[in-house]
Amino acid sequence: MSDPKTRTVHRYEWATFEGVWNHELTLFKRYWASSTVSSVVQPVIYLLAFGLGVGTLVATVDGLDYVEFVGTGSVATAVLFASAFPGMFNTYVRRVFQRTYDAMLAAPVSVDELVTAEGSWIAAKAGIYGTVPLIVTFFFGLTPSWGMLLVPFIGFLTGLGFAFFGMWVSAVVKTIDETTYVTSAVLTPLFLVAGTFFPISNLPEWAQVAAQFNPLYHCVQLVRDACFGWEPAADLYHLAVLSVFALIAWLAAVRQLRKKLVD
Amino acid sequence: MRMLTGQARATSGKIEVLGLPIPEKSKQARAQMGVVPQLDNLETELTARENLSMYAVLYRVPRHERRAAVDRALELAQLSARADAKVSELSGGMKRRLLIARGLVHNPDLVLLDEPTVGLDPQVRQDLWSLIDSLRAEGKTVLMSTHYIEEAERLADDVAVMSHGRVVARGAPHTLLKEHVGERAIEFYGTPARLAEIEQRATAADLLTRRTGPSISILGSEKAPAALLAELGDGVPRSANLEDVFVLLTGERLE
Repeated sequence: MSDPKTRTVHRYEWATFEGVWNHELTLFKRYWASSTVSSVVQPVIYLLAFGLGVGTLVATVDGLDYVEFVGTGSVATAVLFASAFPGMFNTYVRRVFQRTYDAMLAAPVSVDELVTAEGSWIAAKAGIYGTVPLIVTFFFGLTPSWGMLLVPFIGFLTGLGFAFFGMWVSAVVKTIDETTYVTSAVLTPLFLVAGTFFPISNLPEWAQVAAQFNPLYHCVQLVRDACFGWEPAADLYHLAVLSVFALIAWLAAVRQLRKKLVD
Repeated sequence: MRMLTGQARATSGKIEVLGLPIPEKSKQARAQMGVVPQLDNLETELTARENLSMYAVLYRVPRHERRAAVDRALELAQLSARADAKVSELSGGMKRRLLIARGLVHNPDLVLLDEPTVGLDPQVRQDLWSLIDSLRAEGKTVLMSTHYIEEAERLADDVAVMSHGRVVARGAPHTLLKEHVGERAIEFYGTPARLAEIEQRATAADLLTRRTGPSISILGSEKAPAALLAELGDGVPRSANLEDVFVLLTGERLE
C-alpha cells in the first residue's frame, strides 16, 4: 500500500472536494429546514405577489401567461438568493468568526481548491432550490416540458457565478454589516431588472444595454427558453455570458480570499 | 508557525520543512505534518468524531483506514467517551485535546504545536504534557512554542530561546543551564533596600542575579564564595531552572 504521507500531492485533488462536501452535507442534514426556508420562501413570495397581484392587471407578456412569465423568471431570483447570500455570509463567518478556513489551509488544501469546493456546493444547492418556483408554477397551469430538466443545470452555472461573487464580497468587506451595501445596491437591482417581473424590452435603451451585463438576465432568458423552446444562437450567447461571469467571479474570489487568508 | 505551513510568507530567508521548500512545496509538506493552532478553530456545530473524520479526508487517510484513524485519535486524546458530543458541549481542556487529535489523525511525522497549554488548568496541562511526551516516545518530531518555560524544560530535547524574533540561545535544557546559569540558585527575600544591597554585593563578586518578583536570586550559587553567602544571611536554596536562563538572556524587563 502506498503511504499517503509520502505520495505526491497534486495541485487539485479530490480530497478537498470530498472533505468540504462531506462537511457541508453533515451541516445540511442538521440545518436543512432553516436553510431551505430562507432560500425558497422569499422567491416564492415574490412569485405569488407578482404573479397573482400584477397578474390580475396583466394577462400575458411576450405571449406567456403572466404567472408563467414570473414563475420561470423567479427561478433566477431563487438561484441568486440561494447562492450570493451563502457565498457572502457563510464564507465570512467561517473565515473570520470560526476560522475554519485557517484550519483547513493548515491541511493540504489550497485556497483555489477551497473556493471551488465551497462554491460548487452552494451552486448545486442553488440549482436545486431554483426549481422550486417552477414547481409552484405548475400549480398555476405551467405545462411540464423536457427542457425543464435542464433548469437545475442552468441554476448551477448561475449559482456558481453568484456564489463566487458572494465569496469575493465576503473577502472585500471589512465587517459583515458592509454586505448590506452589496445586497441593496447590487443584488436588489440585479434581480428586479433581469426580466423576471417585467420584460426589459419596455425599459429605456440604456437600461436594456445595462441588462446585458446582468448575469441574472441571461439566466432568466435561458430558463424561459428551456421551458418554452430553445433559440440556439441566443441561448449559446446566454450560456457563454454565464460561464464568463462564473470564471471572472472565481478568479476574483480566489485572489481576494488568498490575500485575506495568507499573510 | 504560520510560515511553516505556507499560511504566511517570509519577507526574507528560506524555509524548508521535511526537506521541502516552503512555500513552493507547502501543500506537500502540510500533508506530512500535523498542525495544532493556538486558537481553537474546531467546527463547533460538528461532533468530535465528525471533526476528526473531516480532517481524515482532508489529510488523505485512505477510505478503509479512516474509521480506525479517527478512533485512534479519539483514544489518544482520551475523548472516546465523548466522540458523539458536539464541540460546543466540550470543556476547554477537551477542545484542546480534540484540536491536538485533529492534527494527529493522519499519523504525521512532524507535529507543530502553537502554545498548546495556554490558559489551561494545571491538571489539564499535565494531561497534555503526557500526550506530548507519548508523541515523542513514538518517535515523532514535535515543534512546540510556549511561554511556559517550565514546559520547555520538562518536555524538550532541544530548546531555542527567542527574543524579538531571534534565536538567542539553543541547546538541550541542561546544557543551557550549565552554560548560562550553573546548577544551583539561592533566593533571598526582604525589603527593597535589602534586595538592592544583595544584588549589588553579588554583582561585585561577579555573580549573576535575577529579580524574581518579591525576591532576588543569586544564580550559579555553587560557585559563590561561602563567606559572601554567610554574610548575606538566610536564603532559600533551589535548583537553577530554564526560566533563569530565559530571563537572563532576554532581559529582566519587557520593552
